[in-house]
Amino acid sequence: MSIFDSSAVGRRAYRFPDLDVPEVGLDELIPREHQRQSPPGLPEVSEVEVVRHFTQLSRKNHGVDVDFYPLGSCTMKYNPKINEDMAALSGFNRLHPYQTENTVQGALALMHDLAGYLSAIAGLASTTLQPAAGAHGELTGLMIMREFQRHRGDEQRDEVIIPDSAHGTNPASAMMVGCRVREVPTDSRGGVDVSALREMAGPKTLGLMLTNPNTLGVFDENILEIAEIIHQVGGLLYYDGANANAILGMVRPGDMGFDIVHFNLHKTFSTPHGGGGPGSGPISVSEELTPFLPYPLVTKTASGYEFFRPAQTIGRVKAFYGNFGVLVRAYAYVRTIGADGMRQISETAVLHANYLMRRLQKSFYLPYDRHCMHEFVLSGMNQKAFGIRTLDIAKRLLDHGIHAPTVYFPLIVDEAIMVEPTETETKETLDRFIDAMYAIAAEAEANPDLLKDAPHSTPIGRLDEAAAARRPVVRWEASVEDEA
Amino acid sequence: MSNPADLLFTKDHEWLDVKEDVVRIGITEYAQDELGDIVFVDLPAVGDELTEGDSAAVVESVKAVSEIYAPVAGTVTAVNTDLEESPELINEAPYSGGWIFEIQIGEGAALKDTLSMEEYETSLKEA
Amino acid sequence: MSYVPTTSSEREAMLGAIGVSSVSDLFAAIPKTLRLTEDLPLPPSMVEAELITHMRELAAKNLDMDALTSFLGAGCYDSLIPSAVKHVLSRGEFLTAYTPYQAEVSQGVLQAIFEFQTMICELTGMEAANASMYDGATALAEACLMACNAAKRTKVVLAGGVHPEWKEVVRLYLRHQDIEVVDLPWDRSTGVSDVQRLEEIVDSSSACVVVQQPNFFGCLEPVQDLGDHIHRLNGLFVMAVDPASLGVVKAPGEYGADIAVGDGQSLGNSPSFGGPSVGFFAASQRLLRRMPGRIVGETKDKQGRRGYVLTLQTREQHIRRQKATSNICTNQALNALAATVYLCLIGRQGIRELGCLSMQKAAYLRSRLESLGLAIPFSAPVFREFVVASPVNWQEVNERLLDMGFLGGLWLGDSFDELQHCCLLTVTEARTKSEMDRFSTVLGGLI
Repeated sequence: MSIFDSSAVGRRAYRFPDLDVPEVGLDELIPREHQRQSPPGLPEVSEVEVVRHFTQLSRKNHGVDVDFYPLGSCTMKYNPKINEDMAALSGFNRLHPYQTENTVQGALALMHDLAGYLSAIAGLASTTLQPAAGAHGELTGLMIMREFQRHRGDEQRDEVIIPDSAHGTNPASAMMVGCRVREVPTDSRGGVDVSALREMAGPKTLGLMLTNPNTLGVFDENILEIAEIIHQVGGLLYYDGANANAILGMVRPGDMGFDIVHFNLHKTFSTPHGGGGPGSGPISVSEELTPFLPYPLVTKTASGYEFFRPAQTIGRVKAFYGNFGVLVRAYAYVRTIGADGMRQISETAVLHANYLMRRLQKSFYLPYDRHCMHEFVLSGMNQKAFGIRTLDIAKRLLDHGIHAPTVYFPLIVDEAIMVEPTETETKETLDRFIDAMYAIAAEAEANPDLLKDAPHSTPIGRLDEAAAARRPVVRWEASVEDEA
Repeated sequence: MSNPADLLFTKDHEWLDVKEDVVRIGITEYAQDELGDIVFVDLPAVGDELTEGDSAAVVESVKAVSEIYAPVAGTVTAVNTDLEESPELINEAPYSGGWIFEIQIGEGAALKDTLSMEEYETSLKEA
Repeated sequence: MSYVPTTSSEREAMLGAIGVSSVSDLFAAIPKTLRLTEDLPLPPSMVEAELITHMRELAAKNLDMDALTSFLGAGCYDSLIPSAVKHVLSRGEFLTAYTPYQAEVSQGVLQAIFEFQTMICELTGMEAANASMYDGATALAEACLMACNAAKRTKVVLAGGVHPEWKEVVRLYLRHQDIEVVDLPWDRSTGVSDVQRLEEIVDSSSACVVVQQPNFFGCLEPVQDLGDHIHRLNGLFVMAVDPASLGVVKAPGEYGADIAVGDGQSLGNSPSFGGPSVGFFAASQRLLRRMPGRIVGETKDKQGRRGYVLTLQTREQHIRRQKATSNICTNQALNALAATVYLCLIGRQGIRELGCLSMQKAAYLRSRLESLGLAIPFSAPVFREFVVASPVNWQEVNERLLDMGFLGGLWLGDSFDELQHCCLLTVTEARTKSEMDRFSTVLGGLI
């Protein structure tokens, strides 16, 4: 039921204080032509109805707090509760962005230090915290690349090279800075086809966008050669940090040759996804690119922390300074984990992924049979013989109380099933997932119809997506009986 | 369903029904099956001037998008407006009710690289 | 302190199953020369109790709006937030969910977004809305891109009264797509767009005219004139609006806007130093398939039960890649949920009261300050923000106000050369008469 269905004329929840100043006639304050004629049709409900409605909705939703969430490339690790409390401190969440710097020294110190930590993890010179999400970080990074090339008189560079295994945001971001996309194929080991890359790179190359480990969960061993090819033709290397959970304290993108890195704080740094946001997508850049970062940045001076504007800044990618509340959570996370704990995150994430991969390989086809990093990609091809598609496997998993892996991505693997367990799950949970997957593989042979109609235990069955897209209903409307 | 023998085909899985200098265009049985449930068709406008290879229309399913290219230079003379309300016609009747648009072949232009039904079906087997 | 639960015996068992002797074997693909041999230069780890102490110390170095009475706004507002909002948001099923790709286990988030879309449509008077954007500024930039694509034109006219930071974001987004951005000047005496200049600046190559209502100075713009003009030229009319005004001020739909955007921070989201807030994006039905971002639609399952799915996904980056309507992926879902819960709690009557309260209180403070000798430089009617002028150093005045426990207004000289003596004050529904009386007395004494 919709909250609108509960509405009853005259019912109230929250009350504003009474007007405590002498009332002036509305017509004196705003001319008739600017006055709203018909009030917005918001629901009229009591507080208990609101709380129950949303509590009941929440119970129809899976989350990391509910059970395992092995969604590849999304790093659904545990979101520590203490970080929520820290972000809710009034000294952080009741700050106005236009307060003078002397009144927000704690917030500026936090931003300054978090930027420094991320620079250290990236192995690069400096960091902006402004982008609101990973894709926003990509856009910012590409804008910096274009501005840098323009600055050195290389304006003709309008091609971005992107592997065929890349996240869809990469080509879409390239389009938003007016660039053409050149797609480089994947070689038989799952890495960039180096000879194809060599042919593509040239005077038109703005740069290469790469995820490493890539979306197959494979670390590209040729990374130094790849970096050299791009740099030799005057291009830049962009690191999509969606998979950074594999490399914390192990290897730095800057050392691999990357000039720009974005991090997804809502993946690697444990801030909650919130059902699709808010995220945060800081980017770290090399010394050479630092003057082009968005403004303002925070610097530390003898008298305290201050905002400043980099010399050749591209401008602003967002109002104010970024998703500060998310930054507070990520800062708390880095301080909790510390220098001594970073490596353990990636080691455990990689251990968990390899353990799952090797055990699941017994029932599912593994297209790239080598050690994976923090995630791996299976294919539902073995099950296709029984008329079962990857979608059916994913839906059946929901009946086990486990969220489905990422499916049909990367596009280069037929019937792809992309699994990322993260470091925060217990071995018992991993084993329960393995048992569920084995059971599903057995069902695919013995009782395929069970899978095709799955899920069976969720609040709702498979939905008609074609009908939704053909005649879109994107807002609630009172039904005819309601109006009568 | 078998592909009608009186039509021409392209390697992009379009069918062409040529009547003098007007070509009616749709997508093949194979193409609609690969795309799945068609949910939306972005049609060209009557009068649009196209050159060969231009993206003339876009056919969308729930999770895929396919461009329909102009097989020859010319002017759009008709579009199948039924698809605006019922895009599923392409799934149900790709060779009849699911036609997409018609183009009048421009001066000096000519269809090339088309396939006969037999050639098209052979190309499907090879792929 | 770490959140890793794996014991050493479990680690050994897993290594055995994999068939390697140590974890470092799994990292063999990383060239040896690249592998780090020392810890990163980060501070040492902390346990929860140490973290709390440290974070409280940092927070204590800030003066927040619990300690200060704020008359500062300009895009971020000290608004009242009903307690129930944070309790709903702390539900782990909402907080720790990813984007609702698996609809069968995501009906909670999906239906909440569907209700958000509905409420944004109701507020703005538009026909369709998306699941949210990063903030108002980026929503406006995306609106301009969409208008250019829909109109197949490459010029955008921005009313001069649009928030300066939003204008910067718009210009940056459009810079690389060969789109010309032109300012429509504002009038020094009225504080709103100079409609006399429309004819000269807006032409048939203009994809859209963009106006913010109320504008950055809090003034109500001659919206109808701008909208009618661009519509005569078959361009699109884009409005950025303050959602708190929409119980009393005419909605974009009523003005005939084609696209309406704004920032929903003041709808149940804390100021949080400027983020996260939530951008909203609404448009007329015919533009639905050109919209950026996620959209939730209603449909049915095989048993005929009503349910919700992400729909029209072919617009989006994960399918259409370089031909997508935008690159946006993660949005501000939790902040959109806050706005949804907030709008349910205040309801149909509350949204009007919210607008009336803010407007009445702002009018009260404005007349108090005028009687104390501050000039009101702009003649246009205002909503909850207004500009005052006095030949003082406003930065110094604000320092003195701070000493008295007030967060003063925004000095405008930084963004507008011609407004060196001007300050933008904001009065939300949270301000009381006694706070305004005290503030007036203190400010009166400083000028």
